[in-house]
Amino acid sequence: MKSVGRNVPRKEGIAKVTGTAKYVDDLSFPGMLHGRTVRSTIPCGDITSIRLGFPTSGFTIADFHDVPGKNFIALIEEDQPCLAEREVRHVAEPILLLAHPDKEKLLQADVEIKYRPGAAVFDPAVSPRTFKEITVEKGDVNRGFAAADEVVEGEYRTGHQEQLYIEPMGVIAVPENGGVTLYGSLQCPYYVHRALKVLLGLPDQKVRVIQTETGGGFGGKEEYPSIIAGHACLLALKSGRPVKIVYDRAEDMLATTKRHPSVVRHRTGVARDGRLTAMEIDVLLDGGAYVTLSPVVLSRGVIHATGPYRCEDIRIHGRVVMTNTPPNGAFRGFGAPQTQFAAEVHMERIAEALGMDPVRLRDVNAVRAGDTTATGQVLGPDTSARKVLAEAVRRTDYHRKRRAFRGTDRGIGLALFFHGSGFTGGGEVKLASKAALELTETGARILVASTEIGQGTRTMHAQIVADALGIPYQNVEVSEVDTGRVPDSGPTVASRTCMVVGKILERCAGEIREKLGKMSPREYLRKFGPLIVTKEYAGPDGLYWDDETYRGDAYGAYGWGCDVVEVERDPDTYQIRPLRVTAVQEIGKAIHPILAAGQIEGGTAQGIGYALLEEVSMRDGAMANAQMTNYVAPTTLDTPSIDVVILENPYQHGPFGAKGVGEMPIDGPAPAIVNAIRHLGADIRAIPATPERIQESRSISNFEIRISK
Amino acid sequence: MRFSLNGKTVDVPAHPLRRLLDVLREDCGLTGTKEGCGEGECGACTVLLDGEPINSCLVPFAQVRGVKVLTIEGLKGTHPLQKAFVLEGGAQCGICTPGMILAAAALGSRPSRKQIRTGLAGNLCRCTGYTAIYRAVEKAARR
Repeated sequence: MKSVGRNVPRKEGIAKVTGTAKYVDDLSFPGMLHGRTVRSTIPCGDITSIRLGFPTSGFTIADFHDVPGKNFIALIEEDQPCLAEREVRHVAEPILLLAHPDKEKLLQADVEIKYRPGAAVFDPAVSPRTFKEITVEKGDVNRGFAAADEVVEGEYRTGHQEQLYIEPMGVIAVPENGGVTLYGSLQCPYYVHRALKVLLGLPDQKVRVIQTETGGGFGGKEEYPSIIAGHACLLALKSGRPVKIVYDRAEDMLATTKRHPSVVRHRTGVARDGRLTAMEIDVLLDGGAYVTLSPVVLSRGVIHATGPYRCEDIRIHGRVVMTNTPPNGAFRGFGAPQTQFAAEVHMERIAEALGMDPVRLRDVNAVRAGDTTATGQVLGPDTSARKVLAEAVRRTDYHRKRRAFRGTDRGIGLALFFHGSGFTGGGEVKLASKAALELTETGARILVASTEIGQGTRTMHAQIVADALGIPYQNVEVSEVDTGRVPDSGPTVASRTCMVVGKILERCAGEIREKLGKMSPREYLRKFGPLIVTKEYAGPDGLYWDDETYRGDAYGAYGWGCDVVEVERDPDTYQIRPLRVTAVQEIGKAIHPILAAGQIEGGTAQGIGYALLEEVSMRDGAMANAQMTNYVAPTTLDTPSIDVVILENPYQHGPFGAKGVGEMPIDGPAPAIVNAIRHLGADIRAIPATPERIQESRSISNFEIRISK
Repeated sequence: MRFSLNGKTVDVPAHPLRRLLDVLREDCGLTGTKEGCGEGECGACTVLLDGEPINSCLVPFAQVRGVKVLTIEGLKGTHPLQKAFVLEGGAQCGICTPGMILAAAALGSRPSRKQIRTGLAGNLCRCTGYTAIYRAVEKAARR
């Protein structure tokens, strides 16, 4: 009867395996036009002229003059225009929109734009503009260095990463009832709703956003859909007809957001027995041309920069700056994969400097319940850093393999990491998310704005509701995500959909159950009429956060993970092949074990790509390899078998004890792989660890890289 | 152009140089075949031509004359792979799933793990890390 903890069939599973699930490009409307975006070809400058080199009859053409409201994408800052007016700040910046019924004619339309070029900045280290700066201080870092026996320093770099959802970005805007209805592949319907209201100058009820089945997001469809939606709506309102815009792969890769590149410097004081006495960390993120979500990416990155370690004297300084490249934005992990890559490779180097077993070093320093984090948060009883470490080491026979592989072309490495669930700091309080539950004849219907983007939102939410109501899983329906019907449950991001929104639903179910008493839903409906219970986020008592000082409870709960990776190096090509990955992750409670494992397996595979394969080549501010042929994401042959171990240490304020699971899996693979490469003797400080990087890397003393015979 | 589509002989009057993918989706109304990249890399548009998996974004319509074309709609929801993909978590976002299932269907009976990895190497999945897909293919083969 109970469904939580069981592998119930996925709600939309049949539709997906039979090809009947409708993605945005599968939809068509009578009289529909196709839309195209004309974009800048220079990274920085002013537009001086625009010439239309085609017969314009039959075309709808829109530029910034056609924006009825305010010409910016409403998000954090008001800096990013929907359509450039004069200044362009990056290649592929939208300037002009075209629509036509015939796709071929649309693509052939020639537009010539002339510019007065400006001086572009590509190196974040010399950027003249800082979007956000954060300092986190705990104790006195000078005191900590004075107490140190050794000081270890290092600089670590990560590159862009493309989300590479397999369904490209796409929307259809339909003019309706004096407003517009927007269908799209997107994660956050209410982000789009708000952006469209501001852009189009329309009231709430004149803008309706409906999520179509979404072919992957990974953060890539968090903020960018507001832009493509804005473009389609401008064309739809001007033409009075439905307008579809679906990017092809090259446009999607060239124009949309990527993971922020990072440069992280560590200076760490450590006692001879391995205790960390001081951590000084400097984080620099490349934000690209506009602010988008950069301040919050930096925030999460900075808070996770220490890794899951105890230290009384810490100073972290973080900056995210502008460069003349397409804006970077949300991608699974959201700053934490970058900073924890640095932290975990640095820990390996500290172990070397002390001549200490890297597992022992981590175990000595791993946070325990009652310890405080860099922001001063006292960790709860669901703190599992040592538990995941011990389980990963035991399960993989790490120590024996570490000895056995020495001097061979095999290496083994590990990484210990953590990930905060939900919005950072006071974010959840500000969001004040709502969820609703509607009584039906046989059970209940879920009304949330949380989107299904592959992770299993509908299924997992229905399981929580089913058990909280005490009814079978099949009797819980999930409403289509339509802002005309569902309340604002906040964005589907930040590992919050289960822990935060799931908890609100559990409370809705609790109230319905109380109201029902001994009545069946049918009896209740006959007697009292329709029943919808809506509830708002209510955080656990005692959570405290100060956004000015960056002190307090950064997250309601943390997940804990330890990855162990075995790799093999090709002695001739230096190519690194991961042979086996073990991912031990403590997530509170797996509501649906197969879905939870699916998040871990998928996130781990993306982490393997991040570590070894995925390299965005930027040339003059534009992605030079904007195609799947030479931006290489892991195929079956690049992905080793992934052994997933789920541990459960319940979080008392999560639904059935659940914490977040979506993002954490991508934090661990890159440092674990680089530490395995380190075990082979190559000193890698930047990813992706391509054969070229490995060949150019310095060998670590006491280990010689064997040159091929 | 006459060819066999999901077991039925059809005659579709489309330009011979259009992509098979577009003819299937636009002229035949079979939107289960997906476009992920349009460059033959991702495999989301995989269909079977005479039992062989191909990227329908790279095949001109002219090439299907007299050929048996099988799309996801042709499996009618009854193929063991379809059920196994649901139960084992082989489908997450679902956009690669129709192509993946057709590529898996072409692997023959009881493929080894190595044959599965090689046979599906042309089908990208960004969600699953492939592990659940292997489980699904192996489970379907045991039936």
